[in-house]
Amino acid sequence: MTQTAVADSDTGLPLRELARRHGLTAAGKLPSLPAYSRQLWSYRYFIASYANAKVTSALGKTRLGMLWQVLTPLINAAVYYVIFGLVLSTARGVDNFVPYLCTGVFIFQFTQSVVQAGVQAISGNLGLIRALHFPRASLPLAITMVEVRNMFASMAVLMIIVLGFGEPLTFEWLLVVPIFLLQSVFNAGLAMAAARLGSKVADIKQLVPFIMRIWLYGSAVLYPVTKFSSNEHLQAHKWALYVVEANPLLVFIDLMRHALMEEVPLAASPMVLWLEAIGWALVVGLGGYVYFWRGEKGYGRG
Amino acid sequence: MADQREPTVIVDDAHVVYRVHQAGTAGTGSPLASFKRIVTGTKPATLREVHAIKGVSFVAYKGEAIGLIGTNGSGKSTLLRAIAGLLPVEKGAIYAAGQPSLLGVNAALMNDLPGERNVVLGCLAMGMSPAQVKSQVKEIIDFSGINERGDFSSLPMRTYSSGMAARLRFSIAAAKKHDVLLIDEALATGDAKFRKRSEQRVRDLRAEAGTVFLVSHSEQSIRDTCERCIWLESGLIRADGPTEEVLKQYESFVKK
Repeated sequence: MTQTAVADSDTGLPLRELARRHGLTAAGKLPSLPAYSRQLWSYRYFIASYANAKVTSALGKTRLGMLWQVLTPLINAAVYYVIFGLVLSTARGVDNFVPYLCTGVFIFQFTQSVVQAGVQAISGNLGLIRALHFPRASLPLAITMVEVRNMFASMAVLMIIVLGFGEPLTFEWLLVVPIFLLQSVFNAGLAMAAARLGSKVADIKQLVPFIMRIWLYGSAVLYPVTKFSSNEHLQAHKWALYVVEANPLLVFIDLMRHALMEEVPLAASPMVLWLEAIGWALVVGLGGYVYFWRGEKGYGRG
Repeated sequence: MADQREPTVIVDDAHVVYRVHQAGTAGTGSPLASFKRIVTGTKPATLREVHAIKGVSFVAYKGEAIGLIGTNGSGKSTLLRAIAGLLPVEKGAIYAAGQPSLLGVNAALMNDLPGERNVVLGCLAMGMSPAQVKSQVKEIIDFSGINERGDFSSLPMRTYSSGMAARLRFSIAAAKKHDVLLIDEALATGDAKFRKRSEQRVRDLRAEAGTVFLVSHSEQSIRDTCERCIWLESGLIRADGPTEEVLKQYESFVKK
């Protein structure tokens, strides 16, 4: 039998016409953004249970198990405290340096782990992607959820540290919730963008540690934020100072410090910081989502 | 009448080209070689294009089970992936009713989790609601038969034998009613008893008005489940027709 005999001649229709008449859709067609969002919403249980499964399987083999969720941030804080608080004592300009440092480290860590895991969200799950059909954005979103869960434990640890170093418990602490939400949206967008980039260019994974380190040093995590405005070079170029101080992580960290601590030097007034935080969350959250969606059909290619 | 039949998959002169990144072959592994490649702008030797499907056309109808045969590397699995929408077509088009699901033996689940959790995860990934999942879990585990030798469903999947894992994967995928189910050598795994059960399930799925594609090197399982057969060779269709006829041609080709 030859190929032409195979092309269905029952009705004498061209194949494309036959497909149209029976309402078949072309494989690999990108769904519209609203349709994709609806689809993603109907997979919310999958996202939640996948996130759960990831945590369990990551910590399942360790002896201390879920205790690591609390131990990791504690050890992290201890390391930075020893180096920057005791050995180098960079505390100049900040009254209560330990809570100041820990807030910065914890908030930064949140975004850092999301980016690190996000880069591999697609490339590390090709087996799953090639086997089952689900909206691919589920994967970076699940990764963000894992880190959000880890962050609950970190926040509890952080609050105890802050209280332990003599900061009072005030109503301003309630602001932690909206800050946390904004940063989570920002992180989700970042995870999706990183996932697509990482699936296209495997080299990105090698660069992420360096990018995150530059970001860490540029976000006033380890030193007082006033170092920027007192820097002569930055003072000479006002725009450069704006760019440095618009850094989204610096904004989130500053806001969190402002909420948890009494006397903290800030990069800008709280009002400006809030507007910047909302702006960053919207732009990166939505932008990352749209960017990820545009690549939806190519993720199985590997 | 023939035109009463409802097409579920239409493949219209499809070409699939895919790009393979492979770990460096001799002479490409050093940093110097990589640098030279970037400077001279030559395509990396590690990136190769494979023209796997070179213009294939056919129509599959509701209720059909179609076997895909061909020697190794003839493009069978690639064709299935393209139908599933996982590999984009370079030229031509593939149309399908609903979302075809590819069921391959290499479908990875989470190896550190118990079989039971994997069943839940797999079902949710196929778009079932939590209530549906709850009612299905026991049935799936029973069907897979992994509990026949004690309580294996609560052990991590990495402790399973390859046959057991494959059986569980098949059972998960077969739990849902698919419009179009693509099976890649899945029936070849598992013992005789399970094979019999899975063949019955494929027949059931077909009866539920879906279309089933089966890639297999076992002529017996193709003969048992499919009445139509497509023979692919080097990315082209060599024959398409009733299983017995096509298999006869194929056998005489292979024996040559």
